[in-house]
Amino acid sequence: MFTKLETIKALINCLVFTCLIVFPLTSVAQQDFDDVDIHVLHVQGNIYMLVGAGGNITLQAGDQGVLIVDTMYAPLSDKIFAAIRSISNKPLTYIINTHAHSDHIGGNANLAMMGSNIAGGNTIDLFAGTGEQAKIVAHENVVNSILNMEEDQLALEGWPTDSYYTPRKDLFFNGEAVMITHQANAHTDGDSLVFFRRSDVISTGDIYRTTAYPFIDVANGGTLQGVLNGLNNILDMAVPADRQEGGTMIIPGHGRLSDEADVLDYRDMLTIIRDRIAYRIDQGDSFAQVLATQPTFDYDDRYGLVSGSFTTEKFIEVIYNELSSR
Amino acid sequence: MIKKYIIAFPILCAFCFSAHAQLDLSGEWAAVFHEDLDERRPGPEMVEYQGIPINEAARRRALSWSPSLLTLPEHQCKPHPSDYGSRGPSNMRIWKEIDSVSQQLIAYHTRIRWQAPERTIWMDGREHPPEYAAHTWQGFSTGHWEGNVLVVRTTHLKQGWVRRNGIARSDVSEFTEHFFRHGDYMTQVVIVDDPIYLTEPFIRTNNWKIDLFQQIPPYLCETVTEIDRPQGEVPHFLPGQNPFLREHAERYNLPMEGVLGGAETMYPSFIE
Repeated sequence: MFTKLETIKALINCLVFTCLIVFPLTSVAQQDFDDVDIHVLHVQGNIYMLVGAGGNITLQAGDQGVLIVDTMYAPLSDKIFAAIRSISNKPLTYIINTHAHSDHIGGNANLAMMGSNIAGGNTIDLFAGTGEQAKIVAHENVVNSILNMEEDQLALEGWPTDSYYTPRKDLFFNGEAVMITHQANAHTDGDSLVFFRRSDVISTGDIYRTTAYPFIDVANGGTLQGVLNGLNNILDMAVPADRQEGGTMIIPGHGRLSDEADVLDYRDMLTIIRDRIAYRIDQGDSFAQVLATQPTFDYDDRYGLVSGSFTTEKFIEVIYNELSSR
Repeated sequence: MIKKYIIAFPILCAFCFSAHAQLDLSGEWAAVFHEDLDERRPGPEMVEYQGIPINEAARRRALSWSPSLLTLPEHQCKPHPSDYGSRGPSNMRIWKEIDSVSQQLIAYHTRIRWQAPERTIWMDGREHPPEYAAHTWQGFSTGHWEGNVLVVRTTHLKQGWVRRNGIARSDVSEFTEHFFRHGDYMTQVVIVDDPIYLTEPFIRTNNWKIDLFQQIPPYLCETVTEIDRPQGEVPHFLPGQNPFLREHAERYNLPMEGVLGGAETMYPSFIE
């Protein structure tokens, strides 16, 4: 049963990445999402995980309003908003984007316009539209990626309103610290980890996922070492409860709810694969020779993809190129 | 009339047995180690994979596994997953959760001595969680009675191991247990299905004896930095560089194709 399940997951991954690479956001919007349901899972504290199509959404709800991390695809916005309303009737105030891929920011404009924020002081009279939509927070490289997209791929209302360029940006919302950490050159060059300190939940974006090897978007500044740095930072932030379980809960970009032990296994695997490829490069092997050693063989049935734009072979090639240029 | 009762009574009893738990598994159970002692107490040796239906991926992964991995703080307090927990120091307490109004059995709970994992086996017919729910060391277990046998199905497991020498069991595994009580003894049959690393279901049995005087002590685990390593370093053996590759085979004069395991090594025909 699970073999089929994993096959289906792999196919979904292939489709997602085919969409990311081949189709612009507008084409994605034309796909049929009628059969997609948005599932809500309470994680702990103020935090929920929304699962549908595209990247998982992390949701924080409290007296001040609703904050979400990522927005899936645009056609799902009404369903996502209905899911939000099943949890809270407060305004959607903040959207945080973990990176600039369409399966994570596609719903930005729709959902931002369904929300509102309390503009500070007298600015509400100075700037038209202030307070009339949710704030969108992202690293400035997300903004740069959006600027480099083809025209009209993301409506202006979906662009980040609060970008940051520092290693970290902090918010305090719904009674807890929300620590947004830029993870340089990981899945992309604009990744953010979002740590809800009181609820003790980390939202990772696509630095961590349980469904496949990481997609390293080299064209947008991604590197394996950046992904590993991100995973190691997650391990540093997370504190498990008894028996190396629970405690800090971790919401991946794709896949199931996790904790430190799950991220640990993923980090161990990627480190081992990196070391194997690095060793072969040090021995003078070409890419073809490295590929022939099957450096990912023992993990491929669980995490490998044989079709789509980011196959296992492509994954090895990206690592080979990165390590060869050291 | 009496004849009718004679016929009806066993039939009625049969229905009683199918609807309710006939046997109570509650109590303090002392592990009995007459079976697989060397594997269960001192533990298996490196590259001792015989008798396990592993595939080539599991074999390669096990050959890259270094015991030094367990020195990393994040690995130190991991309990055995529930499919393996009965193999270790597995003195066990079983207790029932009963609905106070209906007196129906809601769940069995277990606690095992080493690392003290507590587990719930739901008996109230509830469904397993969705695919996107968290996986745990003990997984999500539901049970039902088949005659006097408690049959348990467990899903949502974390990645674990089928042997303590690096043979991995994936996080998409599931397993089925059968608990048989024979008076003061209890036998558990564990059947692990892993589409990633096993070519066939892997079946093992474990036994306990009731112990009216058993007290399972508290178990605290706190991580320490045993070796100062650079952040992100993961101990492992590169392909072809496992220094223990032939140690077990040579010590016991066994052929390498045997110690490297695989379904065929489970059967007497292979040994012959």
